[in-house]
Amino acid sequence: MHEESIAILILWALVFAYSILGSIDFGTGFWSMIYMKRNSTAGDIANRYLSPTWELTNTFLVFVVVAFIGFFPNAAYSLATAMFVPVTLILALIAVRSSFMVFSHSFPSSEQQLRFIAGITGLLVPALLITVLPVTEGSFVQMIGGKETLMYKQLLSSPSVYSYMLFGLTSALFLSALFLADFSRERGDEKAYRIYRINAIILGPATLLSAVIALVSVSIQGNARWLLSNLADEILWFAVSLGLFVIGYAALWWSNKGYKELGWPRVAVLSVVAQYAFASYAYGKAHLPYIIFPDVTMYTSFTQKTTFYSLLILYAVGIAILLPGFIMFWNLFLKDRTFAGDKKE
Amino acid sequence: MDTVTLSRSFFGTSLAFHIIFATLGIGLSLMILLMEVLYQWKKDPDYAVMAKRWTKAFAILLGVAIPTGTIVGVQLALLWPGFVKIVGQVISVPFQIEIFAFFLEALFMSIYVYAADKLSPFMRLLSVFFVMLGATASAVLITAANTWMNTPAGFSMREDGTIFNVNPWEAFFNPSFFSGSFHVVITAYLSGGAVIAAIAGYKLLKRNQTAHEIAYHKKGLMLALVVTLISGLIMGMSGHESAINLYEHSPEKLAAAEGVFETTSHAPLTIGGIVDPDTQEVKYGLEIPWALSILADWKPSTVVKGLEEFPRETWPPAYTHLFFNLMVFAGMLQLAIAAIALAYWYLIARKRNAQFPSWLLSAIVALGPLAFIGIETGWIFSCSGRQPWTIYQFQRTTEAATQADYVGPLFFVFICLYVFLGVLTVIVLRTFFRRNPLNRDLKAYGGKSNA
Ligand code: HDD
Ligand code: HEM
Ligand code: HEM
Repeated sequence: MHEESIAILILWALVFAYSILGSIDFGTGFWSMIYMKRNSTAGDIANRYLSPTWELTNTFLVFVVVAFIGFFPNAAYSLATAMFVPVTLILALIAVRSSFMVFSHSFPSSEQQLRFIAGITGLLVPALLITVLPVTEGSFVQMIGGKETLMYKQLLSSPSVYSYMLFGLTSALFLSALFLADFSRERGDEKAYRIYRINAIILGPATLLSAVIALVSVSIQGNARWLLSNLADEILWFAVSLGLFVIGYAALWWSNKGYKELGWPRVAVLSVVAQYAFASYAYGKAHLPYIIFPDVTMYTSFTQKTTFYSLLILYAVGIAILLPGFIMFWNLFLKDRTFAGDKKE
Repeated sequence: MDTVTLSRSFFGTSLAFHIIFATLGIGLSLMILLMEVLYQWKKDPDYAVMAKRWTKAFAILLGVAIPTGTIVGVQLALLWPGFVKIVGQVISVPFQIEIFAFFLEALFMSIYVYAADKLSPFMRLLSVFFVMLGATASAVLITAANTWMNTPAGFSMREDGTIFNVNPWEAFFNPSFFSGSFHVVITAYLSGGAVIAAIAGYKLLKRNQTAHEIAYHKKGLMLALVVTLISGLIMGMSGHESAINLYEHSPEKLAAAEGVFETTSHAPLTIGGIVDPDTQEVKYGLEIPWALSILADWKPSTVVKGLEEFPRETWPPAYTHLFFNLMVFAGMLQLAIAAIALAYWYLIARKRNAQFPSWLLSAIVALGPLAFIGIETGWIFSCSGRQPWTIYQFQRTTEAATQADYVGPLFFVFICLYVFLGVLTVIVLRTFFRRNPLNRDLKAYGGKSNA
């Protein structure tokens, strides 16, 4: 394999990991807001997941940015210029969201308002983040006076951008509901489980629908033809992805002897994550070799070889050192019933 | 303002805001570690209460440190795309390791904060230790990138700006890496001590406190003063090391810092005053003969280069002299206050079992603001003193900056954001500690104290 291909694979893996973690994170913030008053156990479950994990999720976002700069510096240059305004806005939203979430723990008298703002701003982030996709597809960037310029008018009036946003939103809500269903069961809270299962059941088809809408609107608008024809070549991967969705969705109805409620949430989470993995891989493959269509490819923007190999070694060493910490973390927060079960810290 | 100036102001503002919380993250994690160690060692529950309360403050501050860090991290690419193009090829290694340091800190911070009661004492200590290690490492690593901008190494550049011959590790361990990162870490520890001393001093100034509360604040104060004194002494030496480094590698920065225009031996050190680049002199400054030459290389005959040796258009801005002076002044004053307070305690208060007088406590309260004056002016000195270069002698700031539209309006939005977050942080901290008074925490731990 070429160095470029290894680099892009690692980058995909990171983007994929962040899109799952980020969706769960931002979605959970939303559920925490919704259920804060109406249903305290469902709200509690959401918070209990969020408190110890949002920092790690946020670090993944920075990881993606740093890996992108390290592997494809020229692409980082072009994307940073084109995406200056949307990404700066995302940063402001993230700042408000994270700090309000932390503040809400220490400020009980205004907890409701703080969590409300955290929930809303958090939900805007995935919607804005996903606009990176149409932009890298080349539809809304033009070289003007030697610099990449985002065509705001076209961007804001394009139905395909909004359908992408819808897809980002429904995905965040679906993934987080599914994950929280599993987390509730792990903790032994069947009441919260019931709520999140229903949410997942409603949102599953909605994500599928919004994905189809996005695809259709891109093809009607016809500004990313190159991508559509490439996507058609990857039909097999998408079929597998769809199959995994069906399995995962059905798992919410399988009877489970150990519990009163129907469903195997663990199976559902794992297969839906696999569903997204296959679909993302297929999308990524169809996107190659372009990072930003049509000028920036993975070959023209690749970093220096010595830097690449240093980074590769660092990844191996870093993961080896951090793995025990992650395992300890997982055992403490996501497995342990006594922790998840007790009242406020 | 043009886009480049706006970008510079925007980035400087973001960093100036981030560095407050980042420095506290490093300094406080050291202090919390020391409190935990003292608790295990002396079995005095007051230290456990102290660690617990400061951890709460730390967690709140982290709620701003992390998003603002995310802001500066991404803004590096957004505002300086030209710079990041070179960063990616040459100096991405420290940024990458820094991610692992963040993970380390975030993992163990969550473990320490949210699972403290499930950990054995040893695991608790280990968790705080890793938090401190992660925070310190992130400072060292980001400074590696910054020192590389000041003294670039590990690559060559062709006429057309393309890069070749890259050695990422040589770039990492550039000539000012050790002196620079050591200085940053030690001043962060200094600031942690200074801030805790200031708060304890502030509490001791208040009346109507129980004997136990007074004893508690005194323990915090003594610990913090000792840390301030020790790190202050090391800070002085490391600052000197940094100055020598400037003498060797960035002579025009040193010349601007000291307002030296003519190359000369027996160069004086000028304290204060206003640098006037047109008349090429420092007005109203206090001159200490020979001192600069001696500082640079231990003998009065050392020749210090003046700005006249460099083309006028690459002179750093004249105000770097002011910022450099402010930094050194803030450092010296902190050291002096800590030394006087500890001497007073050793010679007088300890023997007569007396309290600190209020003039001394007021001076101790000033340690807090002084710490931040030192940090902020130090960084502004370092970053502005590098102008007009972003990468010294390789890339100018104008070549690094973005050409994107709407930098100005977004800068305005972010100023509002920072003011808002800063005010809110103070309100949240105050409300939290008012709702959870010290007395209640002290009682919860049995109310005993080994005072
Ligand atoms: C509380 C903070 C603080 C204090 C009291 C001092 N410094 Fe400092 N100094 C910093 C905080 C700082 C800093 C913020 O950490 C800087 C900015 C960039 C850097 O590398 O460290 C810095 C940079 C810096 C530099 C420039 C390095 C460069 O740009 O390459 C020099 C020469 C000194 N310092 C010297 C001193 C001296 C002689 C001090 C007094 C004894 C002193 N500093 C006290
Ligand atoms: C010397 C100046 C700086 C120091 C001492 C410093 C230190 C820190 C510390 C202690 C944190 C909290 C880490 C955590 O708890 O996870 C932090 C966060 C962060 N800093 Fe800074 N920082 C500095 C400047 C910068 C600069 C210039 C950048 C970017 C170019 C940056 C990027 C970040 C990022 C991305 C985070 C968030 C990490 C996360 O998401 O967990 N920092 N910094
Ligand atoms: C955290 C404390 C810091 C503060 C308060 C600070 C402050 C500033 C200021 C005021 C400027 C504008 C300089 C001018 O135009 O006169 C600037 C520029 C800059 N700084 Fe720093 N800085 C800090 C740390 C860092 C670090 C750790 C890095 C390295 C990664 C860094 C990288 C830059 C870059 C790339 C620029 C823009 C290009 C340039 O003006 O040279 N800064 N900073």
